[in-house]
Amino acid sequence: MSDLKAFAAEVREWLEANCPEEMRKPITGDKDLCWGGRNWEFQSDAQKVWLDRMVAKGWTVPTWPKEYGGAGLSRAEEIILKKEMARIGARSPLSSFGIWMLGPALLKFGTEEQKLEHLPPVARGEIRWCQGYSEPSAGSDLASLATKCEDKGDHFMVNGQKVWTSYADKADWIFCLVRTDNTGKKHHGISFVLFDMETPGVEARPIKLISGRSPFCETFFEDVRVEKKNLVGTRDRGWDVAKYLLTHEREMIGGQGQLEGQGRPLHEIAAGSLGIEDGKLADPMLRSKVAEAEIDDWAFSLTVSRKLAEAKAGASLGADSSMLKYYGTELNKRKYELMMDATGHDGLEWESDRSNDGKLARSWLRTKGNSIEGGTSEVQLNIISKHILQLPGA
Amino acid sequence: MALVLNEDEVMLRDTAEGFFAEKAPIKALRSLRDERDETGFDRGLWAEMAEMGFTGVVIDEDHGGVDMGFMAAGLIAEQMGRNLSASPFLSTAILAATAIREGGTDEQKSEWLPKIAGGEAIIALALDEGPKHHPAGTSATAEKSGNGFKLSGAKAMVVDGHVADALIIAARTSGDEGDAEGISLFIVDPKSKGVSTERTIMVDSRNAARIDLDDVEVSGDALLGSLDDGMAVLGKVLNAGRAAVAAELLGAGSQAFESTVSYIKERKQFGSIIGEFQALQHRASHLYSEMEIARSAVMGALTALDNNDPKAELYCAMAKAKLGSVAKLASQEGVQMHGGVGMTDEYDIGLFMKRIRVLQELFGDAHYHMNQFALANRF
Repeated sequence: MSDLKAFAAEVREWLEANCPEEMRKPITGDKDLCWGGRNWEFQSDAQKVWLDRMVAKGWTVPTWPKEYGGAGLSRAEEIILKKEMARIGARSPLSSFGIWMLGPALLKFGTEEQKLEHLPPVARGEIRWCQGYSEPSAGSDLASLATKCEDKGDHFMVNGQKVWTSYADKADWIFCLVRTDNTGKKHHGISFVLFDMETPGVEARPIKLISGRSPFCETFFEDVRVEKKNLVGTRDRGWDVAKYLLTHEREMIGGQGQLEGQGRPLHEIAAGSLGIEDGKLADPMLRSKVAEAEIDDWAFSLTVSRKLAEAKAGASLGADSSMLKYYGTELNKRKYELMMDATGHDGLEWESDRSNDGKLARSWLRTKGNSIEGGTSEVQLNIISKHILQLPGA
Repeated sequence: MALVLNEDEVMLRDTAEGFFAEKAPIKALRSLRDERDETGFDRGLWAEMAEMGFTGVVIDEDHGGVDMGFMAAGLIAEQMGRNLSASPFLSTAILAATAIREGGTDEQKSEWLPKIAGGEAIIALALDEGPKHHPAGTSATAEKSGNGFKLSGAKAMVVDGHVADALIIAARTSGDEGDAEGISLFIVDPKSKGVSTERTIMVDSRNAARIDLDDVEVSGDALLGSLDDGMAVLGKVLNAGRAAVAAELLGAGSQAFESTVSYIKERKQFGSIIGEFQALQHRASHLYSEMEIARSAVMGALTALDNNDPKAELYCAMAKAKLGSVAKLASQEGVQMHGGVGMTDEYDIGLFMKRIRVLQELFGDAHYHMNQFALANRF
């Protein structure tokens, strides 16, 4: 334990000295996140300095091995780092699908050459990745995907369309599920390939959502050339990679409510809007729902740390990532519904400065996607039924 | 907060699991009920629990206990919940042991703690009076009388009060009904003049008592903790009780859930195993998720108690609120998914529904604790 204590002291000291003040302020919206990539424009000098310093320590990807840009920290050390960052309110230096999703998949399924080529630029925030999974006819039923990938001898050629590709219009590279064989069962014949979004034949068109924002794209591929060295894992067995990566995506989405939870607690928002009478929130019906949601939120965050600690002790998170994703996203939707209830007419404003351009209303609408993306709640319940409860026919 | 069991705790859990499944399974509760047993639990079992060290789980070694802490106590309670094992564990090993450990004088500790740890004394907490848990609503009084006190009032839902060797009675020594201040605790011999006890058999076939106090004379050294500040001790007792009840709810809820999942894997209708129907699969999977969240709430509360966390009270309120709702859901879904047989006495699921309903109510239901949670957060 003394090693960990020494590590905690070292981390604390380093963060105090190196985390710019500006990077210790609460995140107020997407604009405060640093996504990196070829075309990234830093919001401020502080954002750049913070990223550079964390990259130099290997702390954008603390548990990755040093040769891939990480710091080789143990899970226990990573938890300490996160706690120390949280203690001073330090922002994450880099938001990245490369870190959250591609990285774990490459570390498990990639060749040494692929890891050395792709992981360090992810760790440094130089290459921004997007995920090509869903298709117009392959949503919840992802394995029925049809984007065609033909073997052209020394390279592959990809034709087809993806949808819900997050930030495809801003990404540098894509990790993409394609069909290399359509003669067998649908889970067979899928392959996992990587290619540059600047390759001729790639086009990304943003989709406008009910929130008025466009974080997702439709992405089209016409005779896109993909190098053979960019096939990850075994050809036709990409579903294994896809499933593994999805568990990481689910953990990430399930944890989103937690990140946002760093903002004002629900009861403060409600109290600010409705007022306190005799020490109690003025609307007694809403008050009990707020208390219930906050209790669930607390117990849920304990569950996230419990499950991670169990995984650290050697147990695999496995299908429990579906439980966390299901519960976390449904809870997040419930919290936003209550925020809308609590703020009433004020929460409905869409364009005013007063409402920060309808921030709450837009966020409320955005949360509706939480229980759809990365596998709908219904799909997560199917996974729990099948893999945890082992119910017949699930 | 690390919510992973250590090696000792895993060993204890496994031991308790085997112990209660063998010595106090559900059929033992059925025979206690059907034979209208006078005690309502098996004193032989209680003696064996003492040999195992369970009775002294939160008592220090100097007083004959094993001092394993609240997480350990919760693991024992959880297994009792799984098996619907009847014993005075909650009343005596948790509530009374905590009360005397926290508030007792050296003499009181020496007198009672070894007896609790040894399984030789059963002690019941006489706190609530009305239909709902409401400690500040204590209206029973203790008036100064000579060197001692004279107690009057009426208590209800005194768990194990029908067989107690001693009662810990909350009575008002100053202030008005509704005040948290002005309440004092007394250790009282139930055979004292003026104490009348009515055994109340509850819906779960477990026992409590209604106790009337009519000018019951006690000596000055019956006082447990400080005069007028019984709440200081009572607060810790209730935290421990709520966490232990939440742990028992976790056990009962888990068992109800698991046996329901087993049932829907066997029962056939429309030519199919009913567990194949998505309508049931999704409800079962939702319940699985809630049970996992509930387990964390319980472990969080028990850990907070062991760590003397300044937010322990809030943790216990959170756990009791969460388990009150989730275990109830498990029992309701359990009966519904069992269908007609869920309504029969022959199947165990109904027994779980009954026990869970009682545990939900003890020391504050979900609404009570949601309110406490809100007040503590100033809303």
